[in-house]
Amino acid sequence: MIPVDVSSVKKSYGDVKAVYGVSFSVNEGEVFALLGPNGAGKTTLIEILEGLRKRDKGAVKVLGLDPWRSGPVLHRRIGVIPQDFTFFEKANPKEAVKYYSDLFGASVEADEILREVVLEDSSGVLFENLSGGQKQKLGLALSLVNSAELLFLDEPTTGLDPNARRAIWDVIRGLKSKGKTVILTTHYLDEAEQLSDRVAIMNHGRIVAMGTSDEIIEAHGSGERLEIHGTEELAAYVKAHTKLKVEYKGKGLISIAISQKHDALAALTTIEESGLEWRDLHTRRDSLDDVFVKLVRGRIDEEGEIRVENMDDNSHDQRRG
Amino acid sequence: MASVRRIMSDLRLFGRGYLRNAAGLFFGLIFPVILILIFGAIFSSGFSGTITLYVQNQDDGQVSTSFVDALNQTGTVSAVLVSSSENFSQYLSAHSASDGIIIPEDFSASYMAGEPVNVTVYGNPSQSSSSIVSGTVAGVVNWFNLQRYGGSPIIGITQTTAQAQVTEYIDFLVPGLIGFSILVSPMFSLVNISSEYKRTKLFKQLSLTPLTKIEWLASKVLFYILLSAASFLLMVAVGVFVFGAHIALSFWLIPFLILGPMLFASLGMLVGTVSKSTETASVVGNIITFPMMFLSGTFFPISLMPTYLQHFAHVLPLFYIIDGINGVMIYSNYAQAAIDLVVVTVITIVFFVAAVRLFNWRED
Repeated sequence: MIPVDVSSVKKSYGDVKAVYGVSFSVNEGEVFALLGPNGAGKTTLIEILEGLRKRDKGAVKVLGLDPWRSGPVLHRRIGVIPQDFTFFEKANPKEAVKYYSDLFGASVEADEILREVVLEDSSGVLFENLSGGQKQKLGLALSLVNSAELLFLDEPTTGLDPNARRAIWDVIRGLKSKGKTVILTTHYLDEAEQLSDRVAIMNHGRIVAMGTSDEIIEAHGSGERLEIHGTEELAAYVKAHTKLKVEYKGKGLISIAISQKHDALAALTTIEESGLEWRDLHTRRDSLDDVFVKLVRGRIDEEGEIRVENMDDNSHDQRRG
Repeated sequence: MASVRRIMSDLRLFGRGYLRNAAGLFFGLIFPVILILIFGAIFSSGFSGTITLYVQNQDDGQVSTSFVDALNQTGTVSAVLVSSSENFSQYLSAHSASDGIIIPEDFSASYMAGEPVNVTVYGNPSQSSSSIVSGTVAGVVNWFNLQRYGGSPIIGITQTTAQAQVTEYIDFLVPGLIGFSILVSPMFSLVNISSEYKRTKLFKQLSLTPLTKIEWLASKVLFYILLSAASFLLMVAVGVFVFGAHIALSFWLIPFLILGPMLFASLGMLVGTVSKSTETASVVGNIITFPMMFLSGTFFPISLMPTYLQHFAHVLPLFYIIDGINGVMIYSNYAQAAIDLVVVTVITIVFFVAAVRLFNWRED
């Protein structure tokens, strides 16, 4: 059975189209990432899959069930970390796991689950005193209590420092190796690349690209790039004297799109003709970053988070703080 | 189907969290006891029961002396003699007092001669003590008038009270403050957590577990029933052992101690769940709670309030709880308590059902 099957799902809040005709399916044992900037509609979509929100249109099957109508049945079979996971402040992780296992009627060892998410050393610390990373680890632990085959992780590492993020990644990799199906939302490109088998890039409520990293680059990238170091003047010269797509990336880096062998020769000849200084010639393929930036017309900041400038109004995600 | 296992598990987690929170523990258990100690000390032991009456006896004859003795023997006033050289009016002001009488110079002589003579009574009409003083003085004056003509009273008075024991202020205070704690803890706590859990999306998280809304609310109700029971025992102990309150314990109290917390937990939940924000919830919660806290017979009997406020008290749910507990603990009036119990049961069911129905932990 296909764990998740979604077709033409739509959801609006008033005039705001949060999810606008999304279709995809997720295979068993796969880690599937929904990647997109804030406001792309990722959380609305994942909450529709979890049965927390009602869709306006389209068909959704999760583990063969309609999540909105069969919520209580479905909830016993899935594990979820909601965005901004939180818990009762005056309870510690051990009590939290015990509480969840009582609620689910599951017979699990709290210590064992806390060990699995590397939280056993803080099992007695009250939730209010845990660090951001430890809180997320507890969220992961709770999503494991009912031994669900399908896990939904909504931005599991948002706001965490790089070390804490890597620790969470290790846990998620562990889940994958156990054969669990995972649907992950993130606005960190590296997170999607590191963890997932397939990525769906979301923007303005639509999926704009989907597949493995290679497939997406293949489909949406511009192929090879020639990169050389030189001045902005050189970039302008090449642009003026060829039909090539030339970009001056700043800091002395010039990037030229190459779609056929002849383009490379034309570029080099023109550069030589200009008589201007250049060095460090090399070629590379488009990365997922390049494709992503192109698709969502955004940029990736120092921390690997996607930023979209001039976000227009039909963006809707969770009303984040 | 509601599961006892899930309710108990939620109760354990919530109870432990509550006990770890010093503020909750203070307001739930300690604060009502502090109130009973303060109010009990002010009104029970400090109040001697007699009114100080300043008397300027300008006569000093035999009759005026026995007149003052007669005033003291009423037990309602105790006379304090003021020297004739003082300006009486200034003397009263200087002692922040309003009650006094002046017996004129020729009092004894006039009495013996059968000539009319007046005693002057000072008083402040706005104070209840003044009307007691003028009534007492008038009674003594009548008695002396009768005596002068050798008469004896035809109509006498036999005094008694409706209860075997005299009802004192502390006897009202214990049931009142039990009602206070039944109201305050569940109400404020549920207003707060239901709006807070909505804000932090904790409810949304819980909706992803098999825990149901009814189970969640049931565990809170159970917790506050236990807390109210503990608070009840503490207050009865303080009332009886510290202030010697005359209150009766009966099984009739149990339904009030169960339904009361259930009523206010549901009401708090209702307020928290229909309010858009935590701030609104807290304002609405206060608007509902504070009038109820003071006007339902918590700190003083309803009968002391003006009539229109007494009418208003009848729309407050807490009134019926305190009235019922009063009926059981002070008056042994079980018929009245039964009527109160019916009213409380109906209100509780309405609020509980409304809270569960209107409370939604998923969104559309």
